[in-house]
Amino acid sequence: MSAQTSSAPARTAAAGPVITAAGPTPDKRPPTARRILGRSVWTLAVVLISVTTVMPLVWTLSTSLKPEGEILSSYLQLLPESPTLANYVTLFTDGPFGRYLTNSAIIALGGVATNLFFGGLAGYALAKLSFRGRGVVFSLFLGSMMVPGIITMVPTFLVLRRFPLVGGNDLFGEGGAGFINSYGAVLIPFAAGPFAVFFMRQFFQALPDELGDAARIDGASEFRIFWNIYLPLARAGLAVLGVLTFQAGWNSFLWPLIALNDPEMLTVQVGLAGYVNEYQTEYGPLLAGTILASLPVLVVFIFAQRYIIENFAHSGTK
Amino acid sequence: MSAAVSATRRQQTISAWIFLAVPVVLFAIFLLLPVIMAIGLSLTDYAVIGEFEWVGLANYARIVDDPIFWVAVRNTALYTVLYVPAGLVVALGTALLLNRSSRVSRVFRTLFYIPVVSSTVATAAIWFWLLNPQYGLLNAVLGWFGINGPAWLYESRWAMIAIVMMSVWAGFGANMIIYLGALQGVPGELVDAARVDGAGAFRVFWHVTLPAISRATFLILTLLLIAAFQVFDQAYVLTKGGPGNSTLTLVYYIYDRGFGRLEMGYASALSFVLFLVILVFSVANARATGRERDR
Repeated sequence: MSAQTSSAPARTAAAGPVITAAGPTPDKRPPTARRILGRSVWTLAVVLISVTTVMPLVWTLSTSLKPEGEILSSYLQLLPESPTLANYVTLFTDGPFGRYLTNSAIIALGGVATNLFFGGLAGYALAKLSFRGRGVVFSLFLGSMMVPGIITMVPTFLVLRRFPLVGGNDLFGEGGAGFINSYGAVLIPFAAGPFAVFFMRQFFQALPDELGDAARIDGASEFRIFWNIYLPLARAGLAVLGVLTFQAGWNSFLWPLIALNDPEMLTVQVGLAGYVNEYQTEYGPLLAGTILASLPVLVVFIFAQRYIIENFAHSGTK
Repeated sequence: MSAAVSATRRQQTISAWIFLAVPVVLFAIFLLLPVIMAIGLSLTDYAVIGEFEWVGLANYARIVDDPIFWVAVRNTALYTVLYVPAGLVVALGTALLLNRSSRVSRVFRTLFYIPVVSSTVATAAIWFWLLNPQYGLLNAVLGWFGINGPAWLYESRWAMIAIVMMSVWAGFGANMIIYLGALQGVPGELVDAARVDGAGAFRVFWHVTLPAISRATFLILTLLLIAAFQVFDQAYVLTKGGPGNSTLTLVYYIYDRGFGRLEMGYASALSFVLFLVILVFSVANARATGRERDR
């Protein structure tokens, strides 16, 4: 290790903490019994933990593909004897599961579109435009991320319900249900969250000011500078924010549970939660629903996982 | 020249406020206004239907004498006491295991992270099946070791413990990633120096690694505490607060009062109490990290 220090200090620094973990270090010393034992223990440990994290999902998938009679009789069998999609078909024929999926898709994708656009615009303004009040606005957004959702839950419901001139309401918010039981009830309050603004601001701040200054001299409008010069450079940030917003929107539960209770308007998470109690003994449809409710976020994660995990590591340490 | 500069500044100010308009308006309507309304509502007996009156601090006085509130406090405290240390230790342990730069460890990092991606409802549904007393995988595995597993969600002694296990499983990956980031920043020379001085692996960990990642520990601790105080989804989906109120948490109680029984005034008072508790922890965190930064 000391021989490496002089030639490649950066590498040593990165490899340094490895020593603290019980196990082998990637050097070329001859394998001793102790090192082989260490490597085996390490492998056993990580494989066991992976089984714990992945196995429940695999088992859920396997159970969802078993016919009704097989689910309980051969519950420990990983591969279904006669695989079937019957449980999935039941979901769509017995109840409005397709409707739930559509509702969740509209809410999640709508949230992505508004948060990327408005979060990008506001983040850009806070990072690249100089104006009085910038510090105050930024502190307000930052501080609001610390306010737990529970405090605003009841009043936000009332604001949406009593919103004037919407959903049958008159000018004073009387007479109708306002935004409640419409997509707006979930889309509008979270259309431009403080996290999106903060996240995009951090991203734009890392880009040089000179690009905008040059365009400004050429007489470009501020929106054109944002849209044509800076936004394309922030593509990676937009992608990460888009994935995180999609996940949050697709997976959200408490607020859709409160704001959407018309059976036609339920999201897939709220619909699935109902199945847990409804299908006490019918695990087939419940677990098929679980797979469908998890699939979109899992697919997105698999494609974007490197960016997500790396970005997450940064946001935690900075 | 100065006229041109001030013209640009004015132009930028106007543009900035237009760019910020939507988030600022939403902030005012869906955060500022609700927080003020919550304080106001908590002083009334508002119940959606019918007239309502100002009742002063009566709601707060009622909280003190509300036995179910204290049950919810006890359950939330039990969840917090179990979940926070377990979540912290599992996140740190797995981060230490994976803290090496190899392709293999990156693959396992992804596998460890997978539960984080699923929603709490999907996770709860999966665990509903895992925890089935007769046909669940968990009791089957315990059976291999000769242990007769409990009925988990159907026993008031075990239901909360089952929810804690599920929550640790579902959430540790995210905090593991924060720890991995922090471990990358532990100075290698320090570890080497301690090694040269003859410190064993445990002493190096305790005296070098752990102090070097204290900021991450504090951040994770705060995140875990704030999440623990607001636990809801798991209890709602799996047990509906039962059996015998043993998994009735504070947020569940607020939800039930506000949207189940429509006692929105009382629910607002309850949520304001919870908000103050969370605020204390958030401010403590902000101060401690601020002090770290000044040092």
